[in-house]
Amino acid sequence: MFSPTIIIEAMINGLLTGAIYALVALGLTLVYGVLHIINFAHGATLAAAMFAVWGLNAAFGIDPYWAILIVTPVFFVLGYGVQRFVIGPAAHGDDGNILLITLGLSILIENALLAGFGSDTRSIPSDFSFSVVEAGPFLLSSARLVGAAGSLIVAVLFWLLMSRTDTGKAIRAVAREKLGANLVGINVGHIYAITFGLGCAALAVAASLLMPTFYVNPRIGGAFVNIAFTVVVLGGMGSIPGAMAGGLIIGMVESLSGLLLGESLGQIGIFIIFILVLLLRPTGLFGAKA
Amino acid sequence: MLQVRNATMRFGGLVAVNNASLDVKEGSITGLIGPNGAGKTTLFAVIAGFLKPTEGAISLYGKDITAEQPHKRAVSGIARTFQIVQPFAGLNVHENITVGAYLRHARPSDAVEKAREVAHQVGLEKDLEKSAASLTVAGRKRLELARALATEPKILLLDEVLAGLNPSEIRDIIPVIRSIRDSGVTILMIEHVMQAVMNLCEHVYVLAQGKMIAEGTPAAVCNDPAVIEAYLGKGSAERIARQSAENTGGPNA
Amino acid sequence: MIGRGYLPIILVTLVIALTPLVISSNSFFNFTVLVLIIALAAQGWNLLGGIGGQTSFGHAMFFGIGAYTASILQTHLGVNAWISLVAAIAAGALAGLIVGFLSFRAGLRGSYFALVTLAFAELLRVLANASELTGGAAGLLLKLDPGFANMQFSSRPTFMLLALAFVFVSLVITQKIVNSRFGAHLVAVRENEDAAKALGVDVLTVKLKAISLSGAMTAAAGVLYVQYFLYIDSGIAFGIWISIEALLAPMIGGRGMVLGPLIGAFTLHGLGEVTKSFAGRVPGIDLMVFAVVLIVVIAFASSGILGLIRKLADRFSSKGGA
Ligand SMILES: Nc1ncnc2c1ncn2[C@@H]1O[C@H](COP(=O)(O)OP(=O)(O)O)[C@@H](O)[C@H]1O
Ligand SMILES: [Mg+2]
Repeated sequence: MFSPTIIIEAMINGLLTGAIYALVALGLTLVYGVLHIINFAHGATLAAAMFAVWGLNAAFGIDPYWAILIVTPVFFVLGYGVQRFVIGPAAHGDDGNILLITLGLSILIENALLAGFGSDTRSIPSDFSFSVVEAGPFLLSSARLVGAAGSLIVAVLFWLLMSRTDTGKAIRAVAREKLGANLVGINVGHIYAITFGLGCAALAVAASLLMPTFYVNPRIGGAFVNIAFTVVVLGGMGSIPGAMAGGLIIGMVESLSGLLLGESLGQIGIFIIFILVLLLRPTGLFGAKA
Repeated sequence: MLQVRNATMRFGGLVAVNNASLDVKEGSITGLIGPNGAGKTTLFAVIAGFLKPTEGAISLYGKDITAEQPHKRAVSGIARTFQIVQPFAGLNVHENITVGAYLRHARPSDAVEKAREVAHQVGLEKDLEKSAASLTVAGRKRLELARALATEPKILLLDEVLAGLNPSEIRDIIPVIRSIRDSGVTILMIEHVMQAVMNLCEHVYVLAQGKMIAEGTPAAVCNDPAVIEAYLGKGSAERIARQSAENTGGPNA
Repeated sequence: MIGRGYLPIILVTLVIALTPLVISSNSFFNFTVLVLIIALAAQGWNLLGGIGGQTSFGHAMFFGIGAYTASILQTHLGVNAWISLVAAIAAGALAGLIVGFLSFRAGLRGSYFALVTLAFAELLRVLANASELTGGAAGLLLKLDPGFANMQFSSRPTFMLLALAFVFVSLVITQKIVNSRFGAHLVAVRENEDAAKALGVDVLTVKLKAISLSGAMTAAAGVLYVQYFLYIDSGIAFGIWISIEALLAPMIGGRGMVLGPLIGAFTLHGLGEVTKSFAGRVPGIDLMVFAVVLIVVIAFASSGILGLIRKLADRFSSKGGA
């Protein structure tokens, strides 16, 4: 059996990882809530952002945390452009098409990364990656604490953006009733693209927060996309608070099932939750009943 | 043949249909009228099995069908059209109708032939090869009608098949509806075009805010003060009576 | 007299069947066998996703179930290869029925259905990677023992003909379905579920039939794979690659059309070979091309190559007539 200290430490670590998962899921759920589409390329975009952070460090020695200032706007613009000029026009307004187009984008990005960087795993080694904070009987990774704090800050910023700004109001209007929003003069295509850009920007922040403790390779997106979908489904598709709660729960489940079942079976808990929630309560734990 | 007994349909707090009953006689054309949002389409959905009523029962030929799935009700002989037309947009007209015809004809050649017959009956024979998505509003309404008819129903529920048509298109389709009845199909129709209701229906039910407020011959129902108020607002029946009294010299002249 | 739609199937099959008379290169047969296996898996996808409109992102689950059922029966229990094939096909159908029952009864459609199929495939991948029965991460090796009884052929053209026979049967079955009442019902469900219900279509039953047939076909493709390569592991069997191949081929060739998967599989992999010969050994370059083709097809020709050909033929014939 495991001692309570180990279990509690695993739970705390799970919560810290979960905060990052929540941040990864934030963009996915925002895009779903507004555009009502599942962005299958979400994981691949995260991988691309992680490579960008890694590249900035490898080429110019830029610290991953400072890289936030560069990759976030770049990914916002990229996301805006992809939605505005690729997904939107190519989908002809059909949700099934959007799913397939984002699947295509995901294959494209993943293999472009493979072609560009090879299949090797990269990381950004630094002393900070290994520094720990002592909290009572627990040893906690400083980088993970920073990551979790960063996620919370981004979530609060998103909340302020959505509730306090005109853009946020327009986004909410489009999410609720796109025809009506169009009638009152909101450019729906533009708002869709902004939303998509925001989703990608959130991923860029997540990538910067992840890189000090994590590694990247072209296939890393797959692992995250499964988790992000589970978080989003669990929290209720489209719900931002749901994504935050879902992220924390999934982080804990993953950490505990990894501890109890071992590395290779640890992922099973996530898939089972995912399938059960979809089959039994597709609106999620926090979503309204359909 | 078709009976609705005390049907109630709630959506959360909203009571769309409230304790409504109706009775359709075999071989008749029965009307269901009422202001927008009265719950007519909802009542159709309940009859056809698309919605499970919160309370009440539906029976066909005396047999309770309240628990039956929609496709089972189609087998039992209930066919419905949709107020918001629901064509199989990727298929042509002939293929659309054939789906309906397959209900009673398992062999493809028979179903295809039946579909052609029905297309003739509703006046779509020239459009058989056209894509359903390319039809005009009038064409789409005919297609709704044809598909439902191809299932060879005992009773046909028509939800505003005349809405959105111009007067000449309405004039063209009224005889089609009458000929369907003459071929032995009972009809229950929701309609706003009063000229058509007067022209076609033997018996009319009036639904307002989910409640069945009147029934009778079209002429009787139209003069029913409760019906006039439901359509035009409180006090209007009295006002209209007063006006017409003044116009004709009044009852005390 | 040949029924509606069968002539092109027979012609295409004949053309492929006659290639050994003019081509003797082993790499050609390797290529064709793989394409045929993918076409068979993709025909399974096409039945459910193309004709029935239920997009799956997890057809690997059926491919893997077929592959593992055949391998496990042969290696662990010494069952005859052909009997294993039948068992594998049945297992694929059963898996389809179970997954279909769970997800269609829960009302999952569109993106939700796609995600749940993906999750099932991934779940199976993780399980297969950890279980003793499937050989864990090391995978399973079939004993090399060529001969008809073992469904192993040392001659590549012979195996190609075997794969072609499977594909031919899948094409005939699909065409039969398309011509039938069940096919019309399936299309109706794809186009508009409410309208289908109103016309007496039992939507759940139709979807269940479709997904079990679909699972059976794709499982057969999994069996062919192990009989050819004599090796399987969790990444090959349940990996996302085959889910994507099964989906891409019909999308490119023409979703919902009988010959779509076969045409799409040949086009994609032909294109992949050409790209590789130009770009050399850049990893992933063929998949990048596939992805771009997918997006371009959705944007400009949503019914794929066959749809495009049909449209051009219509335009040509209507011009000729005028
Ligand atoms: N699925 C539903 N969920 C919630 N409310 C509904 C639903 N369908 C209809 N309603 C409401 O029920 C009322 C009756 O609608 P309907 O039956 O369409 O009226 P009618 O056909 O008489 O115009 C309306 O207020 C409508 O908004
Ligand atoms: Mg209505």
